[in-house]
Amino acid sequence: MLQVFIMQGVKKLAEDKIMLAHGAGGLKTQRLIRQIFQKNLGNAYLQQELDAALIKFSSHKIALSTDSFVISPIFFPGGDIGKLAVCGTVNDLAVMGAKPLYLTLGLIIEEGLPLEELDSLMASLGNTAREAGVQIVAGDTKVVEHGACDKIFINTSGIGIVPPNIDLRPQKMSPGDKIIVSGPLGNHGIAILAAREGLDFKPPLASDCTYINYLADGLLSTGANIKCMRDPTRGGLATTLNELAAQAGLGIKLFEEELPIDPQVKGACSILGLDPLYLANEGKVVIVVGNKDAQMVLQELKKYKIGREASIVGEVTDAHPSKVVMETELGTVRVLHMLEGDPLPRIC
Amino acid sequence: MLQLKMNKKTLNNLLKGMNIDRNVRLMEVCGTHTMAIARAGIKQLLPPNIELISGPGCPVCVTDQQDIEKILLLAQNPRVLITTFGDMLRVPGSTGSLQEMQAQGAGVRVVYSPLDAVNLARTNPRKEVVFLAVGFETTAPTVAVALEEAVKDNLNNFSIVCLHKLVIPALETLLLDPETDVHGFLLPGHVSSIIGTNPYDFIPRVYKRSCVVSGFEPGDILESIFLLIKQLKTGEHRVDNQYRRGVTKAGNKTAQQLMDKYFEPFKAHWRGLGEIDNSGLNLRTQYEKYNAFTKFEVDDIKFNLKPTGCICGQVLKGKRKTQDCPLFSKTCTPSSPVGPCMVSSEGTCAASFYYAGGEKVG
Repeated sequence: MLQVFIMQGVKKLAEDKIMLAHGAGGLKTQRLIRQIFQKNLGNAYLQQELDAALIKFSSHKIALSTDSFVISPIFFPGGDIGKLAVCGTVNDLAVMGAKPLYLTLGLIIEEGLPLEELDSLMASLGNTAREAGVQIVAGDTKVVEHGACDKIFINTSGIGIVPPNIDLRPQKMSPGDKIIVSGPLGNHGIAILAAREGLDFKPPLASDCTYINYLADGLLSTGANIKCMRDPTRGGLATTLNELAAQAGLGIKLFEEELPIDPQVKGACSILGLDPLYLANEGKVVIVVGNKDAQMVLQELKKYKIGREASIVGEVTDAHPSKVVMETELGTVRVLHMLEGDPLPRIC
Repeated sequence: MLQLKMNKKTLNNLLKGMNIDRNVRLMEVCGTHTMAIARAGIKQLLPPNIELISGPGCPVCVTDQQDIEKILLLAQNPRVLITTFGDMLRVPGSTGSLQEMQAQGAGVRVVYSPLDAVNLARTNPRKEVVFLAVGFETTAPTVAVALEEAVKDNLNNFSIVCLHKLVIPALETLLLDPETDVHGFLLPGHVSSIIGTNPYDFIPRVYKRSCVVSGFEPGDILESIFLLIKQLKTGEHRVDNQYRRGVTKAGNKTAQQLMDKYFEPFKAHWRGLGEIDNSGLNLRTQYEKYNAFTKFEVDDIKFNLKPTGCICGQVLKGKRKTQDCPLFSKTCTPSSPVGPCMVSSEGTCAASFYYAGGEKVG
């Protein structure tokens, strides 16, 4: 029996529902922030669109930041959601030049989560906080029925103090400044994907999840002319640099040859059709520094275990405002856009 | 992973060897090549008289809209769990895309291997697990392995939407079309690792076109273009194998036998190219119970679709460029696509959107 359905052409993607891509850290996330959150909650602090709000408090500034963690799986090679919840917020404060001091902790737990797992997550969270030198000073726990969340969701908010002489903002960037990354790119994103999908890479790929506040502090103590710093989490280095370029109204030129990427990450990405420049990092810093001080910052970075593979990967330019362009190993150029939705693996 | 780093000297020697005194049009058949060319900016390096055009080798892009509509219909069935490679998720149909249906609660899961789909069928006995078998000869053997598992376990809740396509008949269709103005082909390395290089022999013999089977690193592609130009300069036509580390003349016999056990060629409908004899793979009759379209009785449904204005068909045949499409980067973008070529990570339109087709920008 032949049925005939009369249909329209193709239906364009609905714009009226929350999709997973709204949480991927790219264009959709940015639009959501501007069109829903800024619109309804906007104030001078939120409009700065920085990793932590800076509140003037006598001569010091207070940095305040919040982040929610919904990662799956909750335990992964290189870390767990507890460690991540501390590092995420500590790093947001640290890249603003703040010394992170206090965190609040909000837990949403799905009924049925084994207490043993909760205990192990909190042990990891506590240890990471102690190592990073921050205290958990307030907390809240809610439990929801099975299926209303996935095992455990964590929110942390953090406060830190910014010394009076520190002022890090992308608006301070100028042509000729150098772009430095503190280590290899894409490890967190690919490790999570591998863990979630049971992809068995040997040796296993581990997340780079760690706190970078001591390293950031060390860099600022050198007195180098650091313009701004960012932690390239969701959306990866490419998306972070696009944000910086847009905020500074300047272009960024990257050199493919200089990008530190582990061979395993490169291999896994080429199998899965992913680009490490768009994968999340959870223990990396991007530093924009005046040309003269770039070497000094690089030397300082190399003193830290997590900065050993740091590299000067690019420079700020006025040649192509608000655009990030990469010179490839072949000497050709490629424009790096912001992430559009989730990165998808390919078919063959 | 194999690293093929080019030093400047090798690069310059290759480019020097590409000097030829007439206009040359070369088609890269495979979507992975299209992406690699765009990503590495290879068109920026080539002499202006060498033009690279994309062919029909992106499996998502050539999937017929009728099949996409049927898949979306299947996904509405609350018992069905659609399992698919990520590229199919955002392909739009008249009622939306799988991704949109997923957001509204439909059972849709991205997998990285057809075996993952079989495992899902084992662990979810109350669900009907349907795998979207989209791809060329590279993917088909892995689906055959999954079927082998399903048969062994006598799984009754596993089926596939069999949309496999074959490269050779598509190439022959292009060559038979008098409007196809191509001097040589960059042939797909991955597909050739399965089928070998022998099946291409008719191209130089009958149609007098040069061929090189190419790997996927920028260095591979440049060397393959160099080899094609070398053939063209001497007026020779043959099949060169640049991708010797992965491809032999006879191909992978085990994979071929496995494919042959479960599938048989049939007249498939390609988006853009129309119906082509023996160009698709269907399940053999004895494995018909694994055919999701017949199992859920959507086989005979016909959708009357309004044209979208998308010129994918012309682009897939290498006759028009993505930038000629009035929708390109205006109403059709990766985040809100009209045609599959803008969705797939191997699609020509996506390559042009992300990397400006590899031409110089900024």
